[in-house]
Amino acid sequence: MTDGYHIVVCGSVVPDPLQTLEPIETPTGPALKNEMMLPAVLDPWAAHALYEAANLASKVTGSKVWLVSVGPKAKLQQVMMTIAQRVSFELVPVDSSASGFADAHSTAALLAETIQSIAGLDRSRLLVFGGWESASRGAGATMQLVGERLEILDQFQGVDQLSVQADGSFEVLERIEAGRHQVSVCQGPPALFGWATGNLPEPRNNPQVGMANMRTVMPALQRAKSEPLPAGGLHFLSATPPKQQRQTRVVKDLSPEQIAQEIAEWIGK
Amino acid sequence: MSADSQEPAAAIEQQTIERQQMTVDIACVGFGPAMGGFLTTLSRSLLNPDGSVRLESATSPGLPLQVICYERADGLGFGVSGAVTRARGIRGSFPGVDLTEIPMAAAVKKEKLVYLLDPTRAGRRSFTFKAADRLLRSLGLVFGRKRFGLKHGAFELPYTPPFMRKHDGLVLSLGQFNQWVSDQIAASGVVQIWPGMPVAEPLIEGDAVKGVRLADQGTDLQGHPDAGFTPGMDLRAALTVLGDGPVGAVGRKIDAQIGMPPGHESREWALGMKMVVELREDSGLEPGTVLHTIGFPEPEIFGFLYVHPDRLTSVGIFVPSWFRSPVRTAYRYLQHFMLHPYLWRYLEGGTLKSWGAKSLQESGRHGEPFLVGNGYARIGEGSGSTNVLAGSGVDEAWTTGVQLAEAVIELAEHKRAFTRENLEATYVRRRRESWVDDESKIAADSRNGFQSGVVTGMIGMAVAGLTGGRVTPAARPSSRELPSLEEAYGSRISPAELKQMQEECAAKGTSLHDRIMDRCGWPQIPMDGKLLISHQDALLMGGSVQAPPGYANHVSFRRPELCRACETKLCVEMCSGQAITRSEDAVPAFDREKCVYCGACLWNCEANGDGTQGNIEFNAGAGGLHSALN
Repeated sequence: MTDGYHIVVCGSVVPDPLQTLEPIETPTGPALKNEMMLPAVLDPWAAHALYEAANLASKVTGSKVWLVSVGPKAKLQQVMMTIAQRVSFELVPVDSSASGFADAHSTAALLAETIQSIAGLDRSRLLVFGGWESASRGAGATMQLVGERLEILDQFQGVDQLSVQADGSFEVLERIEAGRHQVSVCQGPPALFGWATGNLPEPRNNPQVGMANMRTVMPALQRAKSEPLPAGGLHFLSATPPKQQRQTRVVKDLSPEQIAQEIAEWIGK
Repeated sequence: MSADSQEPAAAIEQQTIERQQMTVDIACVGFGPAMGGFLTTLSRSLLNPDGSVRLESATSPGLPLQVICYERADGLGFGVSGAVTRARGIRGSFPGVDLTEIPMAAAVKKEKLVYLLDPTRAGRRSFTFKAADRLLRSLGLVFGRKRFGLKHGAFELPYTPPFMRKHDGLVLSLGQFNQWVSDQIAASGVVQIWPGMPVAEPLIEGDAVKGVRLADQGTDLQGHPDAGFTPGMDLRAALTVLGDGPVGAVGRKIDAQIGMPPGHESREWALGMKMVVELREDSGLEPGTVLHTIGFPEPEIFGFLYVHPDRLTSVGIFVPSWFRSPVRTAYRYLQHFMLHPYLWRYLEGGTLKSWGAKSLQESGRHGEPFLVGNGYARIGEGSGSTNVLAGSGVDEAWTTGVQLAEAVIELAEHKRAFTRENLEATYVRRRRESWVDDESKIAADSRNGFQSGVVTGMIGMAVAGLTGGRVTPAARPSSRELPSLEEAYGSRISPAELKQMQEECAAKGTSLHDRIMDRCGWPQIPMDGKLLISHQDALLMGGSVQAPPGYANHVSFRRPELCRACETKLCVEMCSGQAITRSEDAVPAFDREKCVYCGACLWNCEANGDGTQGNIEFNAGAGGLHSALN
């Protein structure tokens, strides 16, 4: 059995997906209009990873969770005010870009370098968690690149469930097509998991967790190193948001089946 | 199970639940401009310049005062209001800081007061207003419209009364301002502010407030424990600071239990509804432009347009409680307001970026509760700080927060307790000696005239403002009662047709105001999918409304039989998000996923059994509108 895991979660901020996002061209490349004015949230995939990490740590004595977060310091601070109420972690912030247009290679390099610099991190107990995808970027490559840079061979993407077996090995459920899972077993740490949505509900706000977290979160933010991301040779020819077509109708007393049928017909048009 | 029979069960559950407790020095409720002023000032004084403790905590010796603030909304920048403010108090808190660097802030450059004529001729204009419209049109023909100041169906008054002027002030987005302020405070690391955490009620013991109870999580919609039930924690504190606004659950519960000062009542209200619009590139509107409007869409409805940088503008209306219409609404009136030729020449081609609504407590000094008591203090709009004559609330709210912080610092330095007497001698004294109080005295009776009519009200405001409050209209007993539908619209629509319209709306679950406005000749809104959109689309495109699961419904109806007997159902007509709808059993239905927490239902409820208290229970809840552009 283990003395507990060292779980490092990679997760940053994205504009609240409920907002209307508008790509614009800037002298340094594409960006989102007024991105710093939009409310931010922890990337939903990374949030699942964080909640799974906290859940695992709570079950295995001696475990600890770090959240490595690369993003604008002001936005990280705003988001921490929300998520630090939910689960216990130690924040390792890096003041940099969290833009969806950032190069995945540059981001992965910065994340890997930051993880390696965490004092007291024991590779033999290391689990790296992150989002399989991102709400700001659909490349889905960053976590894999982080794992490669950390020379972690056991990597799983699209993870929905991680179970610790009696012998300390992991059983992992990865998403595959047709709504099915691939079941794998790995010996244990070090391993990397790119989470899909998992099975856990969003944890409740707990003021006592918040009080404890914020005693370390704010000093960590004040010490955050500033690391501009290099462009990495990435060049965008164009950026287009998904097209929206909105049609609103107020109805009463329709069954879920009728609503689903109507939506399917509408999409079919 | 009926709503009536659920209450005792919930009460029993409440009594038997074991709750976590936490003790801090100061517990704060609600984060808005007032709390911003309080925490900005206090956070700068908790430590000495060398980092040592200046104001020591009684609960955690060796540490600075432990201060924690809970805000109901999911973000600290989710306030709802574009504002123009003279920013005297705000500037005083940030000497040397260029506040126009705050996103969406601009220095006021132009300010106009504009009378809008009725281009639709469908409004409920009195004889006086119709005569004014005719006179202005005639004089415009005689002297030349532009020369006379009559253009695009509006008359630009040559003079803005000094009490209304914001010429040295700022146009702000309150959402961006609150976010900026909270960033500064949080970065200090000495104060904790937690969004997304509703506070259910005060902890009152005897005549003292001992802290607050947070909302239960993991409940069903009726508040009963459900999956993942987590009882709301009791946060005990030597001082509870209430900045939860005019419809805040904690402030109202204190008022209900401790009472209001003799003669004081929160009687006058308004619903402010606005949109943030991205203007077309050639709109010609300069950042810092401020327009105040009167006259349209109804004489009782005031309007505004404030121009931010980057082609953004806030445009909106105020629908006051003294607008005696049983179907007073805001959304469609706002659309007609924007379509007025004077404004539409700027707004045409614009795109909706955000939308929202908020109740304003417009009783001013007459709505002031007890500002302090043993263990608590009130700041901001909920403390009656809004100046109803100047139409100004943000700067006043901020300043009351600063005043309380200065008082707390004084008391903490001298190790004096937060008793009523000590808070009276420090906070209330500062407030009474300040410009906030001086100006609120001038404003106190300035709106009395509106009880007799719009014209009388406007004249009364002008006289009160120009005489420094020495001459004001006489106070008249105010009636909360609205005319019936037949009384209000009987001259235009037959009682039989009105009855039929009511029945059809009840069957469809829709509100009545659209039907009545159509029937009265208001033109259809030419929807363009960008700015002129349906009410439901505004909820989706104007910031999106969220209702996290696991919380009880924050709106409920106390006595269903009162709702069944209520004909007007003003709660439905006034609901900013169409979250309250008619239902077949005549008790309105509530959909929390559409509620923007404007609180209009609370003060519009006419189904009161005793004439003083409405039938709506409006509690603290999570979620609401997600937009930081307001």
